[in-house]
Amino acid sequence: MASIGPNELFFLMQGLKWTLALTLVGFIGGGLFGLIVALTRTAQNDLVRRTTTGYIAVFQGTPLLMQLFVVYYGVALMGFNVDAWVAVAIAFTLHASAFLGEIWRGGIQAVPKGQTEAAKALGLHYVSMMKDVILPQAFKISLPATIGFLVQLIKGTSLAAIVGFVELSRAGQIVSNQTFRPLTVFALVGVIYFLICWPLSLWGARVERRLSTASR
Amino acid sequence: MPQSAAAQVPLIALEGVGKWYGAYHALKNINLTVKKGEKIVLCGPSGSGKSTLIRCINHLEETQEGNITVEGTTLSDSSRSIDAVRREVGMVFQSFNLFPHKTIMENCTLAPMRVKGVSKAEAEATARKYLERVRILDQADKYPAQLSGGQQQRAAIARALCMEPKAMLFDEPTSALDPEMVKEVLDTMIGLARDGMTMICVTHEMGFARQVADRVVFMASGEIIEEGPPETFFSNPQHQRTRTFLGEILAHH
Repeated sequence: MASIGPNELFFLMQGLKWTLALTLVGFIGGGLFGLIVALTRTAQNDLVRRTTTGYIAVFQGTPLLMQLFVVYYGVALMGFNVDAWVAVAIAFTLHASAFLGEIWRGGIQAVPKGQTEAAKALGLHYVSMMKDVILPQAFKISLPATIGFLVQLIKGTSLAAIVGFVELSRAGQIVSNQTFRPLTVFALVGVIYFLICWPLSLWGARVERRLSTASR
Repeated sequence: MPQSAAAQVPLIALEGVGKWYGAYHALKNINLTVKKGEKIVLCGPSGSGKSTLIRCINHLEETQEGNITVEGTTLSDSSRSIDAVRREVGMVFQSFNLFPHKTIMENCTLAPMRVKGVSKAEAEATARKYLERVRILDQADKYPAQLSGGQQQRAAIARALCMEPKAMLFDEPTSALDPEMVKEVLDTMIGLARDGMTMICVTHEMGFARQVADRVVFMASGEIIEEGPPETFFSNPQHQRTRTFLGEILAHH
């Protein structure tokens, strides 16, 4: 049985790097599209609103794993030769935007109606009303749920292993196969995930407490 | 100022305005003209449509019948007409509706900068002028939650004034305030009235109505029942519903 030395640890850290990179891509892409989703979900136009509602239903109602498959193989079937990075970035962006969009939609609708009315009465247009008045308040309200989703997303990136990504979980599997020490290796991998996710969860809980005392 | 000539021009005119919420007939054939510099007090029992009426004037509510004209612009669904009307008309709400994530100064400068495109320095100078006028300039860097209710409402008045509107709509501005803070807001409004601002106030403050109103308009069930100068309105109301309402409201004062 081989031992777990600096080389194995270095390999795991390489995997961690990809985990974080995938999370970042998913969160930024999902955040940008999620903002559009949230805005269209709260739009006046019926057709626009229903289209987005359908989009959210599809991506919240199917497993992320399946979404990864569909994008990875689907894009290839359509004749495009994309590398795994692009496929995974698209899949995570679609997935995250459906969830973040719905979280932020709730935040937008939780901002008191009087804020919209005051902005309108002052003559502000939609863009300024959203950017300067509604969204800053909506994001604050949504922050705990947003952090919660970020934690889900970090762990969800492990599914990218299925299309050939050597992220943290897959790296752990490889090291485990080489060293025949699955318990030690996966315990180590688990600790790494935990050390990233737990502080985020704590932060989310703290923000939530602060918000609930502020609204009392 | 040639008061008599200016007094001929209706600044705000409502002609045959009707509004429904679904099957509910909220406003029925409303006719009202407000001349430049006039102060109107709108009163009536709750649910009589008085708030709905003033919210129609700046198109926070849509109407289904009639015309609303403000300073020559007739409101339609076009954003151009809505923008034009909102530029001329400021509004003060019962629940203040200050932006909680912005300081009082930022509350006052946002719309002038975004809507009129004035520079930050200019917007701040204007804001200081009006904050001084409502006597809360020393609170300019605080957030709304750090102020008392009366101070918040005065800040909201200053915020509306910063757009330099030709008319101001007040939607029960003192109803959400603790009794000891009502006076400071009313005093601010009286000051505005003295300076010649055109005002439409939905309020139950009959002392205010007596003191500043040129006309008191009484509404019930979505209709204007009667209107008149405060002297005759209070001493000699024509309709039974007005007498009942005044009896109820004045019994508490």
